[in-house]
Amino acid sequence: MTSAQASTRPPLHRDVRVLSWAFQLVVFALVAGVVYWLVGNYQENTAASGIPTSFDFLSNPATFGIPGADFAPTESVRNAYVIGVLNTLRVSVVGIILATVLGILIGIGRLSKNWIVSKISAVYVEVIRNLPLLVIMTFTFLGLILQAMPTIQEAWVFSWLVVSNRGIGVPWYQNASGWALFAVFMVGLAGWWLVARWRRSVSDRTGAPSRAGLIGGSVFLVTIVVGWLLVGAELTLPAVDGRQIAGGIRVDPSFFAVLVALVLYTASHIAEIVRGSIQAVPKGQGEAASALALSPFQRMWNIILPQAMRIAIPPLGNQYLNLIKNSSLGAGFAYFELTNVTQVTVGNGSPAVPAFFLALVFYVVISLVASTLVNIANRRFRLVER
Amino acid sequence: MTAVEQARVRPSGGAAHWLRKNLFSTWRDTALTIVFGALAAYLVFRFAAFVFVNARWEIIQVNLKLLLVGRWPTAHLLRLAVAVSVLALWAGLIAGLIAARQVQRDTSSIAGMTTRERIFDLARRFGLITATILLLLSLTDTAGPWIWTAAAIVAGLAGRFVGGRLGRLIVPRWAMWLGLLAMVATPIVIYVYLADAVPLAEWEGFFFNISAATAGIILSFPLGVLLALGRRSKLRLVQWMSITYIEFVRGSPLYVLLLLANVSLEFFVPASLAPSKVVRAIVTFTLFTAAYLAEIVRGGLQSVPRGQEEAAKALGLSPFKQTSLIILPQALRNVIPAQIGQFISLFKDTTLAGLALGIFDLLQGAQAITQQDAFRGQGLIIETLVFVGFMFWVGSFTMSRESQRLERKLGVGTR
Repeated sequence: MTSAQASTRPPLHRDVRVLSWAFQLVVFALVAGVVYWLVGNYQENTAASGIPTSFDFLSNPATFGIPGADFAPTESVRNAYVIGVLNTLRVSVVGIILATVLGILIGIGRLSKNWIVSKISAVYVEVIRNLPLLVIMTFTFLGLILQAMPTIQEAWVFSWLVVSNRGIGVPWYQNASGWALFAVFMVGLAGWWLVARWRRSVSDRTGAPSRAGLIGGSVFLVTIVVGWLLVGAELTLPAVDGRQIAGGIRVDPSFFAVLVALVLYTASHIAEIVRGSIQAVPKGQGEAASALALSPFQRMWNIILPQAMRIAIPPLGNQYLNLIKNSSLGAGFAYFELTNVTQVTVGNGSPAVPAFFLALVFYVVISLVASTLVNIANRRFRLVER
Repeated sequence: MTAVEQARVRPSGGAAHWLRKNLFSTWRDTALTIVFGALAAYLVFRFAAFVFVNARWEIIQVNLKLLLVGRWPTAHLLRLAVAVSVLALWAGLIAGLIAARQVQRDTSSIAGMTTRERIFDLARRFGLITATILLLLSLTDTAGPWIWTAAAIVAGLAGRFVGGRLGRLIVPRWAMWLGLLAMVATPIVIYVYLADAVPLAEWEGFFFNISAATAGIILSFPLGVLLALGRRSKLRLVQWMSITYIEFVRGSPLYVLLLLANVSLEFFVPASLAPSKVVRAIVTFTLFTAAYLAEIVRGGLQSVPRGQEEAAKALGLSPFKQTSLIILPQALRNVIPAQIGQFISLFKDTTLAGLALGIFDLLQGAQAITQQDAFRGQGLIIETLVFVGFMFWVGSFTMSRESQRLERKLGVGTR
């Protein structure tokens, strides 16, 4: 009896459950020990040099201005952070849209039967993908903007466009708040979505061509043009006024350089993803489309791309995340996004560790949110099999 | 004429046929060809005109040493040359040993090639990098670099030959361990040899980019493997800690981490240990890359069939032996190409350290030389940036080609 019991329960130093818990506790103690040592050093060192460790600096006046934003140096550091976050989001959103379009075009181009088109696409991808992003961005900033573009005195002025190294002026609405413009824009987008949905349901019922993109896009354009006029905005053309660009809206040269570099770099990665995804679509799909006498455009747009994009969603999401994180390089080129705001406020005397910690938390949160969105999209568009 | 008749009339093959098929098959195709052909011709013309006619490359020629090794004292350049030659010998030995010990599974690659095909194959693989080295050598004005490059090549080839011979010998166990120890010790000895002359904190130029990337990938390896094992572990606490670390690091931009290291790493260690800029960069690269390596290794671990672990258990191996002798070797073999990809990415990212920490790496050095008295205000930034881009491009492109080749050779995903 006793011997049987002893055999069912091994001694403590042989019991897997005890061993695994002991092991975990040892690992945890080690990690906790290292963290404790680091934090202890941090507190000791900051106390010794009188550096605050709290987040109180957020309420201090920023003492620096932000070009291109309505921001006074007397406003708080907290507000500067908000502008930094908005600028990060601005370059990221525009960059993601442009990089996706360019990437898809180049990815398709690389599979083109036309020899020149496929070679140009291949050279583009192989060259850009193997260059450091920082080299590209330095090139767009120092080479393209500061060197190739003219000074404001000798700006290239076309009827609706002003190009100089002080910025690029394009026509824009004036005398209306940004929020009203944004609201009209969103109404237009909603209109596009509703009309496209309606056209598709008509097409499903009757078999008539849906032309959802064409009609929806027109609705969108008409809505925003009319809507912006209705909220009291008037379109003005840019013009050179002394050493500044007056009228229209000025695209900040830093923003332009950062955006172009991010788009060029990310597009080369997206192109490879798109190419791989298109090749992963079974060949029979394209052949069936040809057998149905669809045009090459219809075959690509209606048959191949929808299936390819389904495969491409997870790696595309990764590239979007990379683009958001890479936008931090804008700090090196006078673009006031989150990292730059953090760097400048630390330079002006805010404590470094809490300030950078805030920036990191923002990036991590945005990464987690974006990867959740990608997972949702992936689940929604995934091929449902039996 | 129907399509069938057309196909009969037109002879297949020939330049005209190729042109028609690949460039002018339909009117749409013809339009594409004309538009993009003109664009390509214009860009190639502009680029060629810039590189061969308009560009003033003397800024590179004058500053070549500064760009490649920074302010490395001329008196100690000999040590660099010796280090490169020894490393070539070392790499050749390892390559030879691996080739000799490898069971030739596929007949497709080297085994079935004639000598001529092998030479072509080598030229295609390493032609670009050879051309780049020759280009750099042609910019120098002394014989030293030529001699030492030749020495390094001879050392590499000799190592490859000797390694191939040694690999076939049957040696006692202690000799094998001794050899392994020597292999691991060589890079460390070389580091000490170099750092003895010029401390790590003063490594600059392209040499910094290369050594920081190498140090980062090697140092991050143990931590990356541990994190990967931790993330797959059934032990909840360990798993949770690994996931937190990996996701936090992967969600953070490297540039921000480098900036943070620049201003605050000294707060986290005792004041006596205040690290230099280069050390800060390498520490950040190590901690950053470990999270990415962990995800790569995790993929490798998942690719090992369950039966392997079950068989190891059935043989009565301890958990430690199951992992270290059965699972990990197969997992790591499967992810070698992905690891090379990570190395390429780190190699390109070393430029961020230059900007964030103010280290004179290749890119920062290239911007600085345009401010020299002889070249200031002449708009030579394009020349220097083209040079910098070319150096990084050659390295990344060659490595990514090699990694694709290795991927095919290892048969990842097909076995």
